[in-house]
Amino acid sequence: MQPFRCHRGIAAPLLQANIDTDAIIPSREMRQVSRKGLSSGLFSNWRYTDAAARHPDPLFVLNRPAYANATILLCGSNFGCGSSREFAVWALAEFGIRVIVAPSFGAIFQKNCIANGVLSAIVPDAAVKELARWVEDDPPSRLLTVDLATGLIGSGLGETPFEIAEADRARLLRGVDPVTHTLTHADAIRAFEKQRFEKHPWARVSLAADGKIRTG
Amino acid sequence: MPRTLFDKLWDSHCITTGQSGESLLYIDRVCLHERTGGIALKSLEERNIPVRRPEQAFCMMDHVLDTHPGRGDRTAIPGGEAFILRAREGAAASGIRTFDVGDADQGISHVVSAEQGIALPGLSLVCPDSHTCTLGALGTLALGIGTSEAEHALATSTLWMARPPGVRVVVDGRLRPDATPKDLALYLIAEHGADGAAGAAVEFSGAGVEALGIEARMTLCNMAVEFAAVTALIAPDAKVFDYVADRAYAPAKLPLKEWMALHTDAGAHFDRTINIDATRIDARVTWGTSPEQGVNVTGRIPAPRNGTARRALDYIGLAPGTAMPEVAIDAAFIGSCTNARLSDLRSAAAILRNRRVAPGVAAICVPASAAVKRAAEAEGLDRIFRAAGFEWRESGCSLCFHAGGESFGPGKRVITTTNRNFEGRQGPHVRSHLASPAVVAASAVRGRISTPGML
Repeated sequence: MQPFRCHRGIAAPLLQANIDTDAIIPSREMRQVSRKGLSSGLFSNWRYTDAAARHPDPLFVLNRPAYANATILLCGSNFGCGSSREFAVWALAEFGIRVIVAPSFGAIFQKNCIANGVLSAIVPDAAVKELARWVEDDPPSRLLTVDLATGLIGSGLGETPFEIAEADRARLLRGVDPVTHTLTHADAIRAFEKQRFEKHPWARVSLAADGKIRTG
Repeated sequence: MPRTLFDKLWDSHCITTGQSGESLLYIDRVCLHERTGGIALKSLEERNIPVRRPEQAFCMMDHVLDTHPGRGDRTAIPGGEAFILRAREGAAASGIRTFDVGDADQGISHVVSAEQGIALPGLSLVCPDSHTCTLGALGTLALGIGTSEAEHALATSTLWMARPPGVRVVVDGRLRPDATPKDLALYLIAEHGADGAAGAAVEFSGAGVEALGIEARMTLCNMAVEFAAVTALIAPDAKVFDYVADRAYAPAKLPLKEWMALHTDAGAHFDRTINIDATRIDARVTWGTSPEQGVNVTGRIPAPRNGTARRALDYIGLAPGTAMPEVAIDAAFIGSCTNARLSDLRSAAAILRNRRVAPGVAAICVPASAAVKRAAEAEGLDRIFRAAGFEWRESGCSLCFHAGGESFGPGKRVITTTNRNFEGRQGPHVRSHLASPAVVAASAVRGRISTPGML
């Protein structure tokens, strides 16, 4: 996972509330047992007039030439609600999105973003809309600069603060594989588990010698 | 200090809390499904990281498998078979029990976890599926996660998480006989918004919740994710203890004393309390593309308040002011982890008995698990569904979402017992209206959105 520090790029507005992960990537676009090959399915119900034939809808924001190289999305509240499918973040990341700015996120989606090095920046609705209005005048030249270290989004409007959980900020800056990181706590996990099984034997599942399940 | 039920579950699973404020939680059970399980297991294999406790991990086939009678590994969904094969292979290689295609205990993950006693009061359970919160109905700390976190849980038996705020939903009074927990959930979400419990752990309590059966409680907790909650809980009581007793993975001797302490102490702190009067709730249906866009079945579509609502109406193809009972439907679907347990099928069958689905309405019933299907057939419910003109299927997630296989067809209007009416959720340009099994059955018969009382 590449560490995230600061990103400057074109921002595209997708301001309606409650954009769900089915909209970000319809289930039918999840074609392979893989984290890859998903970007052409991104927003496919909106991005194409005919999704099967991949005919682009010229009205969809990411198809408009000014937003062609967008790497930042400006979104409405509860972005990424719905299904836990991490395919949504894999598709966004593969498409080139590095930052999503929204007043709130679907909880699982937000954790999936961080796990894949995508910054989910929380900014109040009015401020997201202000940024969108500023960008819209000339998206290719009105770039946003998102600085994770300072927690600020730089634009012609000045600096807009964003929120991110401290632990997520650390994860993005570190860019370390989370399993490797957690396994540094392996001893604590083992000790906790031993105590848990002793105090709460019913919480443990084991397979007896006869192949039968034993709980407790 | 008095603690909430959530606090107690959190504290009993907290291994350590980092400087950032996140805690490392011990995870007792990991459930996978074929849609993402294969990817998680493959990724661990590639890095030579073993599954830490395979006996406490389970793999359910539910998301993409076919639900037609006589099914095998072949799916209507293009490429679906590869997901099944990869998950099966990965689970077998790691020593994980698979509830496979054709297994007598196969079914939708959250339904099987309950039926098998995999989810128990006081345990923590994760599954890479957002409706995992269903199992909070048993007093399980049940968390929906992504694929990367599933991989992490398999490798480490843990999950990093920031302690969420607590929201208490107190349901006073009892639901009237014609209102169901689905109506309660849809009402709650309509009143407080699809992000009404954003990032919070919700506890449902009050006389209206205590009066509910276990399956009804599961429907309520299932819908909590549509309320943007990270999880839902109901304090386990004698009904729960009876429910879990003797299930395959339940302990021979239930730790009742310990489980009886799993409730919110008097005076414990919640960040917010929402009060609901259950006696005022009527049969509900959604009119838009978010579960929050709903009204009483006897109501009318409100004037749109914003662009999001206008867009929803445009997609759904209905005008503001339309009376819901005038809306004609093309299809009726009874299925999903929300509303396809035995009590749901009974409630629909009671309406379908000696009636027929309206001409031109495609009607499909998909029991939530093989065990539900067997129990329903033992009572003759399958004959009632079939005689009424419903297809009677094998269990799975089926048409709750469209994955490229079956679809009701573009522009078709479906009344459905599922959980999401999102654009395209049930197929490109399919228009979904969420409702209870009783309303879906009544609507199928009348050919228009209906309460049972309208028949």
